[in-house]
Amino acid sequence: MPAYTLKRTFVAFLILIVVSGLTFSLSHLSADPALTIGGEQASEEDIQAIRKLYGFDRPIHVQYLDWLGRALSGDFGESYHYKQRVFDMVSERIGRTMLLGTLAILFALVVSIPLGTLAAMRPNSITDRIALFIAVLGQALPTFWFALMMIIVFGVWWRWLPISGHTQWANYVMPTIALGYYATPALMRLTRAGMIEVLASDYIRTARAKGLSPASVLFKHALRNAIIPVVALAAVWFGFMLGGSIVIETIFNLKGIGWLSYDALLRSDLPVVQAIVLIFASFYVVLTLLADLLNAYLDPRISVR
Amino acid sequence: MTDTGAARSLVFRQRQTAEEILEPSPWSKLRRRILGNHSFLIGAIILAAIFAVAILAPLLAPHDPYDQDLTKRLTNPFWHEKKIDPEHVFGTDKVGRDYLSRLIYGSQISLLIGFSTMLISGVIGTVLGVTAGYFGGRVDMVVNFVINTRLAMPVFLVAMAAVVAFGASLTVVILVLGLFLWDRFAVVMRSITMQARDLDYVKAARAMGCSTPYIIVREIFPNVLSSLTVVATVEMANAILLEAALSFLGFGVQAPTPSWGLMLNEGREYMFFSPWLLALPGVCLFMLVLAINLFGDGLRDVTLERER
Amino acid sequence: MSGTILEVENLSVDIPVAAGMLHPVRGIGFSVSRGETLCIVGESGCGKSLTSLAIMGLLPKTARRNADRIEFLGRDIRNLREREMARLRGGSMSMIFQEPMTSLNPSYTIGNQLAEVYLRHVEQSRAAARDRAVFLLEKVGISSAASRLGQYPHQLSGGQRQRVMIAMALMCGPELIIADEPTTALDVTIQAQILHLLAELQREFRMGMILITHDLGIVARVADKVQVMYAGKTVEEGPCETVFDAPMHPYTQGLLRCIPIPGRTRRGERLGSVPGIVPNLVGELSGCLFRNRCDHARDACAGMRDDEPTRMGDGHAYTCLRAPGEISGELQAAEAP
Repeated sequence: MPAYTLKRTFVAFLILIVVSGLTFSLSHLSADPALTIGGEQASEEDIQAIRKLYGFDRPIHVQYLDWLGRALSGDFGESYHYKQRVFDMVSERIGRTMLLGTLAILFALVVSIPLGTLAAMRPNSITDRIALFIAVLGQALPTFWFALMMIIVFGVWWRWLPISGHTQWANYVMPTIALGYYATPALMRLTRAGMIEVLASDYIRTARAKGLSPASVLFKHALRNAIIPVVALAAVWFGFMLGGSIVIETIFNLKGIGWLSYDALLRSDLPVVQAIVLIFASFYVVLTLLADLLNAYLDPRISVR
Repeated sequence: MTDTGAARSLVFRQRQTAEEILEPSPWSKLRRRILGNHSFLIGAIILAAIFAVAILAPLLAPHDPYDQDLTKRLTNPFWHEKKIDPEHVFGTDKVGRDYLSRLIYGSQISLLIGFSTMLISGVIGTVLGVTAGYFGGRVDMVVNFVINTRLAMPVFLVAMAAVVAFGASLTVVILVLGLFLWDRFAVVMRSITMQARDLDYVKAARAMGCSTPYIIVREIFPNVLSSLTVVATVEMANAILLEAALSFLGFGVQAPTPSWGLMLNEGREYMFFSPWLLALPGVCLFMLVLAINLFGDGLRDVTLERER
Repeated sequence: MSGTILEVENLSVDIPVAAGMLHPVRGIGFSVSRGETLCIVGESGCGKSLTSLAIMGLLPKTARRNADRIEFLGRDIRNLREREMARLRGGSMSMIFQEPMTSLNPSYTIGNQLAEVYLRHVEQSRAAARDRAVFLLEKVGISSAASRLGQYPHQLSGGQRQRVMIAMALMCGPELIIADEPTTALDVTIQAQILHLLAELQREFRMGMILITHDLGIVARVADKVQVMYAGKTVEEGPCETVFDAPMHPYTQGLLRCIPIPGRTRRGERLGSVPGIVPNLVGELSGCLFRNRCDHARDACAGMRDDEPTRMGDGHAYTCLRAPGEISGELQAAEAP
């Protein structure tokens, strides 16, 4: 187990280096940050001065290593536009995005695990059909359009929920549903498939032969094994959801880091964009790492394999 | 542990395995009962209809989708009682363009994006996957790392950044999405190639001294073709949804192109009084993606059953 | 003291399948007394596993069970609710399965899985459950039992897992233990050990045991009574000794020719086999179903009533048209040098 953890952590770290390097070069090779900082009125001399000041005249790999070194210590530089420390801008807003992502994945799990389990227990029943309907619909429904439709119905027509902001809990209801619904079909399919497989397994027959109560058979023996892959997938989806939060936060004007990245891109504010890409990538990498380690813990066979 | 074994365990476990991607949907039986084994057919019919609309757009569209008429802005669709214009069945947008015509032409954009992205990513993913699967060992380890790196990148954000960097246009959107959405292709191709490599006649071909490219093209490729088609449908739907989202945020196709995502963007400010400006393009997107999904699921059932 | 634990009469199992109704078990009956081992023998697909699942109430949902009588410890258990049935299972009747590799839940420790059955049926005392688990693990021959409680199934070998399964079946001191091919999935050397262990524990705890197997070599070593099943029917039953000495049904004779019996099979002698395959059990069935594989088949076999066995006394009975005299004459002829 320690060797396994170490190897996985090393690879995760390597991936982050490559991702950040790619983003850094992408943004720096394509646009001249000095022009962004200087603005339209800047003269050629000003631009030169800015290049020198920010170190843009150095080779790109030197700039990257410099940036990476600082980033590792939490210093993501200063926003070109707001002239604020990127670290402060991000840390002020990241909580909202995390809250939204957590709520959304919880929503998805709360919908998909019971539905998937019920569907698996009675294949072809009404429940199974409802689950199928939700899955087929969910897979084809554009998230942002779903969000817009919710705004029209619940925000504009019925006025049940606020349509923008982040100050009260009600602000999170629609974004949570919009973002969470996106992950529901995949999680539900996996729960259903896993439950059907596990319920037919020999150890469930053993559990029943031991005379355990149906609840114990289902929750202790079946569900735990069936949700191992669901847990892993949910972790991965949490990573995807942070990406999805860009659209959702923008639509609902919920000012988390998804919204911030949209705003920064509109202003070509490279340090902010780079920081957020790195944060999203780290989240994905760390989550998949944790999911794998959790898997190895829940299912002791994995780390042996 | 063998060399490859050690190498493989070093790299992330694939996030979604080829089996998971190719596995017939667990509801396929149920769906068959509901749709009478015609999910493939239904998907194909809707898809063919949308194709026909896209190709025949100049004949079908009552107006030029770019034709503005500022005297007839935001007229209502036919189901309203007031402020309707018989010439514009679905009404007009904020600069008086015929909404139906724009919806019709929008199908061209979505299909164009879907297909071109699928082709680019399909080529990249297949080359990577087949290479990794065929050669194994170190090559496989490197490709695996590349796949996992790609998966760690927040696609949407990086795509937006790339659009900012290279300028927003249809070509840039297609290229960016094409360069990003190859991961499923690679995962599936890698795993299937690995299986195909061990088939007896492939081994025989190797033993007879056939060249590697010959073996890959003549012996392995026919084996992966049906899975390739299934993944292609998944990725096409994905690309269409991503383009719509990008255009909706203003980081995709630019005005005045009639893209459904862009129409959603333009209609947003009128959502209070003219909600159909949002509803209609969304329904179009939904139908197209639904059709592709049904088609792909059906195809998966049909081809995988045949192979068993 | 030697009371009857389980009495089954005319048990049948029907399963609806796409092609019609499948009749895997077609009216069998038997009884098991305290301290007695009943072996149910037959080829795979003859309905012997479904018979055991039918007694335990563990049949698949679609299967239907019918019986004139299933009496367990003097109590009719045919119409028990699922909840009452669950009280019996693992408590006074337990079962050991064929697949030790997959019959234990991979996510829980051995100790957890052993204790839970005790906590369910006997008493809510973790300490008592633990002591019982350690005692039984030692009984089934697992070394350093106490430290094994924290291990997961994948850390044990197949033989050890089957030992754990046996210990689990014994946790609540059952009256009846049903072992469904408990050694089939194991190495040959381990098979003997496990079998020996089962027989020993059965004697020690004076349980009734139903041992289901296709291996007549096993039967010869442990059985008190034998029941030979073919195509869902009992074709021959009786005390072990009698059946082995004077098998009456052609199928039993065929099976016995397949195994080397110490002292009877000569060195270098070719072992026999029963050619042909088990018939399809879907739809209406009539006559002796063994007739298409039988050397002695005649026209009348197709019309035979298969629910009226020929009784020989001593509990020995068989279902065949041939008269006892005809068969025993043949047997003696075969044994003569």
